[in-house]
Amino acid sequence: MRDFSYLRAGSIDTARQAAALPGAMLLAGGTTLIDLAKCGVAQPDTLVDITHLKGLDRIEIGEHGATIGALAKMSHVADHADIKSRLPAISEALWQAASAQIRNMATIGGNLMQRTRCPYFRDPANFSACNKRQPGSGCSAIGGVTRGHAVLGTSDACIAMYPGDLATALVAFDAAMHLGERKLLVDDFFLLPGSTPDKEHAIEPGEMITAIEIPGSAAARRSTYLKIRDRQSYEFAAASAAVGLELEADGRTIRDLRVALGGVATKPWRARAVEDALKGKVLEPEAVRAASQLSVEGAVDHGANHYKIELAPRVVARAILKLGETA
Amino acid sequence: MTLELGLNQQPAHLRQGSSIGQPLTRRDGFLKVTGAARYAADNHPPGMLYAVLAVSSIARGRVASLDIEAAKAHKGVVEVMTPRNRPALAMDPDAKDHPFMFRLDLLQNDEVRYPNQSIAVVIAETLEAATEGAVLLSPRYEELPARVGLDDAESFVPRGVGVGNPAVQHKGDVEAGLKSARTRIEATYETPAQYHNAMEPHAIVAAWDGDRLSIDTPSQGLAMAQGRIAGLFGIAPQNIHIRSPFLGGGFGSKGMISGPQVLGVLAARLVGRPVKLVLRREQMYGPVGHRAPTRQTLRMGMDGQGRLTAIDHHAKTASSTFDDFFEPAADASHTLYASPAIATSHEAVRLDTGTPLFMRAPGEATGSIALESAIDEAAHACGMDPLEFRLRNYAEVEPMTGKPFSSKALRECYSQAAKAFGWASRPLQPRLMRDADGFLTGWGVGTATFPALMFQAEARAVLRADGSGLMETGAQDMGQGAWTAFAQIAADGLGLDIDQVDFRAGSSDLPNAGIAGGSGHTATAGMAIHNAGAAVVAKLADLATENKASPLFGAGNEGVVARGGRLYRRDDENRSESYAEILTRAGLTEVEGRGKGAPDPASQETYAKHAHGAVFAEVKVDPDFGQIRVTRMVGAFAAGRVINPRLVRSQYYGGMIWGVSFALHEEAVTDRRSGRIQNANLAEYHVPVNADVPSVEALLVHEDDPHINALGIKGVGEIGVTGTAGAVANAVWHATGVRPRRFPIRIEDLLA
Ligand SMILES: Cc1cc2nc3c(=O)[nH]c(=O)nc-3n(C[C@H](O)[C@H](O)[C@H](O)COP(=O)(O)OP(=O)(O)OC[C@H]3O[C@@H](n4cnc5c(N)ncnc54)[C@H](O)[C@@H]3O)c2cc1C
Ligand code: SF4
Repeated sequence: MRDFSYLRAGSIDTARQAAALPGAMLLAGGTTLIDLAKCGVAQPDTLVDITHLKGLDRIEIGEHGATIGALAKMSHVADHADIKSRLPAISEALWQAASAQIRNMATIGGNLMQRTRCPYFRDPANFSACNKRQPGSGCSAIGGVTRGHAVLGTSDACIAMYPGDLATALVAFDAAMHLGERKLLVDDFFLLPGSTPDKEHAIEPGEMITAIEIPGSAAARRSTYLKIRDRQSYEFAAASAAVGLELEADGRTIRDLRVALGGVATKPWRARAVEDALKGKVLEPEAVRAASQLSVEGAVDHGANHYKIELAPRVVARAILKLGETA
Repeated sequence: MTLELGLNQQPAHLRQGSSIGQPLTRRDGFLKVTGAARYAADNHPPGMLYAVLAVSSIARGRVASLDIEAAKAHKGVVEVMTPRNRPALAMDPDAKDHPFMFRLDLLQNDEVRYPNQSIAVVIAETLEAATEGAVLLSPRYEELPARVGLDDAESFVPRGVGVGNPAVQHKGDVEAGLKSARTRIEATYETPAQYHNAMEPHAIVAAWDGDRLSIDTPSQGLAMAQGRIAGLFGIAPQNIHIRSPFLGGGFGSKGMISGPQVLGVLAARLVGRPVKLVLRREQMYGPVGHRAPTRQTLRMGMDGQGRLTAIDHHAKTASSTFDDFFEPAADASHTLYASPAIATSHEAVRLDTGTPLFMRAPGEATGSIALESAIDEAAHACGMDPLEFRLRNYAEVEPMTGKPFSSKALRECYSQAAKAFGWASRPLQPRLMRDADGFLTGWGVGTATFPALMFQAEARAVLRADGSGLMETGAQDMGQGAWTAFAQIAADGLGLDIDQVDFRAGSSDLPNAGIAGGSGHTATAGMAIHNAGAAVVAKLADLATENKASPLFGAGNEGVVARGGRLYRRDDENRSESYAEILTRAGLTEVEGRGKGAPDPASQETYAKHAHGAVFAEVKVDPDFGQIRVTRMVGAFAAGRVINPRLVRSQYYGGMIWGVSFALHEEAVTDRRSGRIQNANLAEYHVPVNADVPSVEALLVHEDDPHINALGIKGVGEIGVTGTAGAVANAVWHATGVRPRRFPIRIEDLLA
């Protein structure tokens, strides 16, 4: 193990200043960072512990939406009564993520910053080629074990899947994140790999996620997160969908629809084509299934992950139809 | 100590008030839940250093260079052990004096034979320094292409499979049987490489004192480990003291001492200080064994009544390039179903992997998932209910040998489990059942079987003048509760209440208890304990019945019974005497007796000995997503006398959950280009989590076996895996109409 120094931040400003220095990294719950340090992907010189910062774990929720502090624990947000009733997709995305033990440790800010599960990325000792770790070194995954890799948003440089559940729900509902001075849409925060897969987030040195803000909406109130996987729990999504639905007064015409996909793309994947195809239409199974196919337009598989292209539209369709059944 | 009698359990043993058959809780449970139980890695002798393995990145080739200077320059690093300075051994680690001496990688040269092979050991003052030192070695390699799949190398017929069974066997004329059949099926099934993944990693704390060696390490076979290490170092086995009081699971991977454990001993030798070496999780994927992948083809023929006319079971498997262990998958077809013609055959390839080894139900697990799937296919081809088909082909004698079974209550298992499950209302055709939520629902059955093995064991019993007793045997508790079951047998054998018995096990300075493996530990060490108890009670009885002052005088050895710390005259229970009185009068502080446990060669010749069971499973499959959930399982098992129903049930539960794991979850995924396993961690190598474990019921079917051993014990540790995996696969077929032929069954296999 390499030596590193540890600094307990006393204020947001000191945390941001300390983290701006080269080799410094923020430490929240540590459930991602410690793993990455152990396998040699993260090699921090300084860990800036932000878990003692006051006031960053608040959950505020009202008519206009919710603001959740970056240090709120996954489990607290998932169990929050108002989150459950006003933003069910957020709660569902969280409680279906990881394990109870991890959710009790892990924070919302850290959750958004979790890294891909690509096994080549996480194994620098044995696979030197990884453009995400080492720009220009190549991609070991292409031509290798790809069952868990992305089919949407990939590039020749990287096909790594973004594994988080919460962010998928956030992009569906136009959530934004506070980065200190700036506020940025979560959708804009996550970057496509393109030719620079090492650059995953639109976050600059010295910036820190302090809170996320989820606008209230009728669609967010009537929402769900459907996660499909081989194992019942403690597994990342084979495919998942965050969906919100608002119907017209007639109870059958779709006024607003939000769809985002998880487990299939290089970033949390908003499926606007599905939304646009169905808005203003009557909610009925055939139309929903046909429109859901649009969610994987342009998808490219790498062999073993082909099934995700079949699976994802079915997950989207089921989630929409399920919401349609609930009054 | 007053004890409740087991639920529907008959008093298990002849002795009244015996502790045998009682559902006692684990005696070590309190130590474990409070963290007081000391596992091997919990030991820290004074002056101890930490050793960390550097392991190979490549699957095949040689180590061209190691930056030893850089590692040694790191603060805290004391020494780096490589082939150049590794202390000499008295024996070549590649020598193979007998089939169960497995070749070890002990830095004998710079050759790399599989990924994660040890290539150096870094020894340091702290774990952190040793870990970083291993990274700083920055090995360079000369690499050769890896052979990783069953089609990547030339296949051959191994000389033997499993524990030396012939690779090819047959009785009758299979081709004729197939030809004459009214209905035939043929199907090929694939099972993946799997890794034991015991919760406790292989760990060792080794300390030398001259040519005496003290070791803390988890081991399923203390005397074997002692002998192996003695041979390697050229010292007497008695000079080695191994303590292994608790194991955090073994499942076969701790049966033989592994290379990394011996490297810990070598490291301690090199630096002249105690050394601790603990494998990291990913380092367990290579040097400590695994279950080899298989590809199995079954052909079956049936007559007009659904009776089998032939079974042909062929298995292709793999061993390492440098040693021999061949998963005896096809042998599962030797014992289960009656057929006039049976042929089993194996072929194998050599791959750039660590050597595969025994893993819970080796051969039976892989073989039975294929056999039970094929039997299901055969039943369907005959238009028969799969349970009826199994009963139609019920083996009254062991099919391959024609020997009678020493006991076989499989019919009762089928009927009790089927009733509890509600099998009778199952529709014959697949894809006909849906639940209220629209899930496709399916029911499947599988037959469970495992041989009732015994090995060799010894025990020593002592009765003391204070009325207490001592029983010693070098037995191992892998977490299954052996410590408790053995204490029950000891109390019964000594005629004492269990709280009067001091039971000692888990240390190599105790009598050799053989191996905790092959589901034979309770029977083997149990019989040694039983016989040791009988021997010491007989000595005590002699003291009493030969002494005129005793109320038992003249009763003779056969004329007394031992119970609750007293000897009673059999013909007059009013005449009795306590152990303490007998010993005190004789002026003795204690008497000692010894006993052995071993299979009876005569009955071994005459009878086929197996435990049996029947498992029924219900699965629900999402019709759109192919997502499978097991919702219900009922198993019924007949395995001779039950020493402790609580412990036995938990063995069956664990085995059945392992069967679910086999059918639906476990698989080591290999990168075909590098030969590296890409999910060598518990986040991605999946086993069922609590939410995957449905309601599991295990019924204990009464079975008296007069031939197996005096206690009537078969084994329960592995049988639960067998049958269950097949039952789950068959239920998936019944739910969906899709026949799983590749395991584990995944979402993509069912996306229609
Ligand atoms: C076995 C396993 C299974 C998992 N399964 C799932 C799953 O199914 N679904 C899912 O969504 N997740 C899953 N996770 C991921 C888990 O949710 C994350 O590890 C966790 O949310 C990270 O939060 P943390 O507070 O522990 O972050 P840390 O590990 O402390 O930090 C993670 C990263 O975020 C940075 N960081 C932390 N806080 C901030 C901040 N406020 N501003 C800027 N940067 C910050 C850190 O510097 C670090 O780079 C799993 C993890 C494991 C280990
Ligand atoms: S997919 Fe991306 S993260 Fe994985 S190896 Fe390729 S470049 Fe690296």
